[in-house]
Amino acid sequence: MESSLELWLTIIACGIATFLIRFSFIAIHGRMTMPAWFTRALTFVPVAVLSAFTLPEILIQNGGVNLSPFNARLLAGIVAGFVAWRTKNVLATIVVGMLILWGLHFFVH
Amino acid sequence: MTPRSEFFAGVRAELPLIVGVAPFGFIYGALAAQLGLPASLAQAMSLVIFGGASQFIAAPLIVAGTPALILVLTVFAVNLRHALYSASLAPYLEKLSVGWKMLLAYLLTDEAYAVAIAHLQKQTDGPNRHWFLFGAESTLWIFWQLSTALGIFIGAQTPSEWALDFVLPLTFIGLVIPMLRTRAFIACALAAAVGGVIAFGLPYKLGYIVAAMAAIALGLTLEMRANKT
Repeated sequence: MESSLELWLTIIACGIATFLIRFSFIAIHGRMTMPAWFTRALTFVPVAVLSAFTLPEILIQNGGVNLSPFNARLLAGIVAGFVAWRTKNVLATIVVGMLILWGLHFFVH
Repeated sequence: MTPRSEFFAGVRAELPLIVGVAPFGFIYGALAAQLGLPASLAQAMSLVIFGGASQFIAAPLIVAGTPALILVLTVFAVNLRHALYSASLAPYLEKLSVGWKMLLAYLLTDEAYAVAIAHLQKQTDGPNRHWFLFGAESTLWIFWQLSTALGIFIGAQTPSEWALDFVLPLTFIGLVIPMLRTRAFIACALAAAVGGVIAFGLPYKLGYIVAAMAAIALGLTLEMRANKT
């Protein structure tokens, strides 16, 4: 893959968008307020976007939904979810999930 | 307190969090390199966007050839929570120049906010308080850039059998599950996840954006209903 001009401009646009979010209220403080439902909706955004992205990453393989118990990613994902719930620690979740995935691959091959 | 002492107090307060952030930056760099993203682009994302979760999600989308508009929208959506930090910090920064405000806004992240707001709320007055925020933010910035660079360098040499791409869903599981504090949040996450699978076939990777928007509406509705009773 080559790093085209369009790709660089896209990254810069992503950076500007992120900056504007962070600058938003600091910039307009005292001049404008947001409706309450809007600030409530903001708290749901990361949960929704990350969840909608994650489950397809785990379930969809070779263009189809793989719900079989032999889907190593599904099993590792379920255990990782449990670890995330108990520890609230992202790194512990990653480490346990990867170890399970590698372990399952090791036994299959 | 002087600017200097505020700054170093911010640096010291931020350092323990680096233990959690640096491995994350390293994994991002390794993942980006493993996916085949050019090193310059992967590092530029750390410099220009400077937002962990959004960089994680952008890397595979770029490799998949996702249209620019969808990519920018996704990064925007993932980083939208920073608006809450911006709103929360705004009263403490109102007397600063625009230049200071822009600098502190560019550097604003979850981990620096967490440390700084605790300090700002304790110390109600002080003309140099923003130096504490700057100290915390810039410490995080430096370690994020360094850990990303190291990850890119080492990640390019890891074999693909390691399935490093699986770090991505694992990272998001680790981020999302602790956020599920009420039934409305749990329903929102489930609806988004299932919706994401159902709508996966939509063109331009639009599926998960559509699923996420529907799930946000569901979460909001459930929450308003719960608050009424």
